[in-house]
Amino acid sequence: MSQFAINLLFVGASFALYIGIAIWARAGSTKDFYVAGGGVHPVTNGMATAADWMSAASFISMAGLLASGGYANSSFLMGWTGGYVILAMLLAPYLRKFGKFTVPDFIGDRFYSKAARLVAVICLIVASVTYVIGQMTGAGVAFSRFLEVSNTWGIWIAAAIVFLYAVFGGMKGITYTQVAQYIVLIIAYTIPAVFIAFQLTGNPIPMFGMFSTHSESGVPLLQKLNEVVVALGFQDYTADVDNKLNMVLFTLSLMVGTAGLPHVIIRFFTVPKVADARWSAGWALVFIALLYLTAPAVGSMARLNLSTTIYPEMAGQVEDVESALQSSIQHGEITTTDAAGYALASEWTDHPDVPEWMVTWAETGLIKFRDLNNDGRIQMYNDSADFSHLGWEGSELEVNNDIMVLANPEIANLPAWVIGLIAAGGIAAALSTAAGLLLAISSAISHDLIKTMINPNISEKGEMLAARISMAGAILLATYLGLNPPGFAAQTVALAFGIAGASLFPALMMGIFSKRVNNKGAVAGMLTGLILTLLYIFTYLGWFFIPGTNMLANTPDNWILGISPLSFGAVGAIFNFAVAFTVSSMTEEPPQEIQDLVESVRYPKGAGGAVDH
Amino acid sequence: MAEEKIDSSGYWKANVRLITGCLIVWAFVSYGMAILFRPLLSGIPVGGTDLGFWFAQQGSILTFIALIFFYAWKMNKLDQKFGLGE
Repeated sequence: MSQFAINLLFVGASFALYIGIAIWARAGSTKDFYVAGGGVHPVTNGMATAADWMSAASFISMAGLLASGGYANSSFLMGWTGGYVILAMLLAPYLRKFGKFTVPDFIGDRFYSKAARLVAVICLIVASVTYVIGQMTGAGVAFSRFLEVSNTWGIWIAAAIVFLYAVFGGMKGITYTQVAQYIVLIIAYTIPAVFIAFQLTGNPIPMFGMFSTHSESGVPLLQKLNEVVVALGFQDYTADVDNKLNMVLFTLSLMVGTAGLPHVIIRFFTVPKVADARWSAGWALVFIALLYLTAPAVGSMARLNLSTTIYPEMAGQVEDVESALQSSIQHGEITTTDAAGYALASEWTDHPDVPEWMVTWAETGLIKFRDLNNDGRIQMYNDSADFSHLGWEGSELEVNNDIMVLANPEIANLPAWVIGLIAAGGIAAALSTAAGLLLAISSAISHDLIKTMINPNISEKGEMLAARISMAGAILLATYLGLNPPGFAAQTVALAFGIAGASLFPALMMGIFSKRVNNKGAVAGMLTGLILTLLYIFTYLGWFFIPGTNMLANTPDNWILGISPLSFGAVGAIFNFAVAFTVSSMTEEPPQEIQDLVESVRYPKGAGGAVDH
Repeated sequence: MAEEKIDSSGYWKANVRLITGCLIVWAFVSYGMAILFRPLLSGIPVGGTDLGFWFAQQGSILTFIALIFFYAWKMNKLDQKFGLGE
């Protein structure tokens, strides 16, 4: 059976499973549609949350980001897991107690203001749409490679399937499908990682293998990796960062963003009790951590494998090359640094011997190699390092970060079925998250805008129809943006975090932890957070991400205090808090019934004296 | 209701205290060990690199899991103690 047939089989079988589940559990009422009827077991919900959460960015891009950025990109790991700690303690249990369908429901009621609800709806839509872009680009990558179509077609196919899928399910269908998708994606992620960890270190557990000895060279794997990348003129893999402030703010932005993302929060509305919401957050993080603890191993091992496959002979002949180079050094022909780079690059052979995975990936346009200096070899190194005295005219290989996980099994020569599994897993990750996001977007429009603000008399049927129509609009927009993305899948997603963290998270937290913040304060704070963050991002990345419209080049020199646009969410959140408290303290207290509402969400049982009439 | 009046402000205060404690640990492992204090910990080797790197890519995540379960467990006990369990 050809690789294409195997991929089709794995992807097709997983789709059949999801659609089967979606039909079995389809939504009969709006309560089913929005919160899965409210009766999901905490462990089940944890697993569904993990699938909902772990997107194309986690599955496809994160290991690639770690591979290319090393230590500096650890923020993604800590940010996307640490957010669950604040979610579990600061938001989830109280919002579950509040017991309605959407995030704007809480903000609208707590701040007794249609304006607050509207701002929340806008924030939710902006954050979710930005986030869905990452899913589209990610799914596009997976489809284009495994179904052998162009990236553009891949995105269109992903859009069609996601749409079908989200309309079928509603929250109830989505929940149980996500459980299946979690299982598919975690198996798909860990099996190749286990193989590769075992190949490289003899230790089959990736999270331990990463810190053990590289079998071939006998030195610790990370040390070996450092040697290889430094020789090629790149930065040390484990090097510390200079700008600690930016790293702290970036991590914090991802954390508060995680806690403020509506599609994650609404998952906690589906469990029966407040205590279940707390446990469920813990289970979600356990299931998430299974992937996130493996990702750094995948990233570092992929980086090492990539370097050594490009120089396939290196491992065997390195000693011969080294002795030849040693004599060149002794004769003063080259320096030691050159020698290291040369030892790695010199063994690349003619094009006919380009590994097969590079040829197949080159067809997707995600790997580009060209022989700039016509020496019949490919040199890959840091372009800013100058190797021109060796006759090299620039790095001849460009690798898109997003392919690290997807191409990893091929790079490591794993069996064909593992590659099919990766295909199904990558697509599961993108689809499960996209479905969750579309649900959050459509429920905000149909429930918060149409049902609550425009036409309170709408029938259940009408409301569900409205939800489905708004999904269609959202996915078209996301597809357009997916075709013209502002960055790597994970970085696109990082923008959504800035927005959710700067606008929604502070409003939700103040709504629970302060009785004093009133409608005017909340609206002013949310608008301040949202607008500041968007302005900062657009200044560097272009207005609405349209290329060429940015006012300042997106380089660290131009950033205020060295804070990257991706890290600005945390600053936006701080402004949100400050403005909300200042405005509230200058205006009147919230009415008594609102203070009672705050009391009631704080206690799991309907207790708290005054509330329990 | 009067005779089973619940000490709700005591419950809330205990909750906020617990959250504060947990968040101190949360910030310490991630922003502290993994980022700000990494240069200070660079002398402690862990498998080819240093302790700060391990915290950034493994240790902080493991701590986060422990924190959430600890919080959920403590809160369940608080719910019982104050008669607020469901």
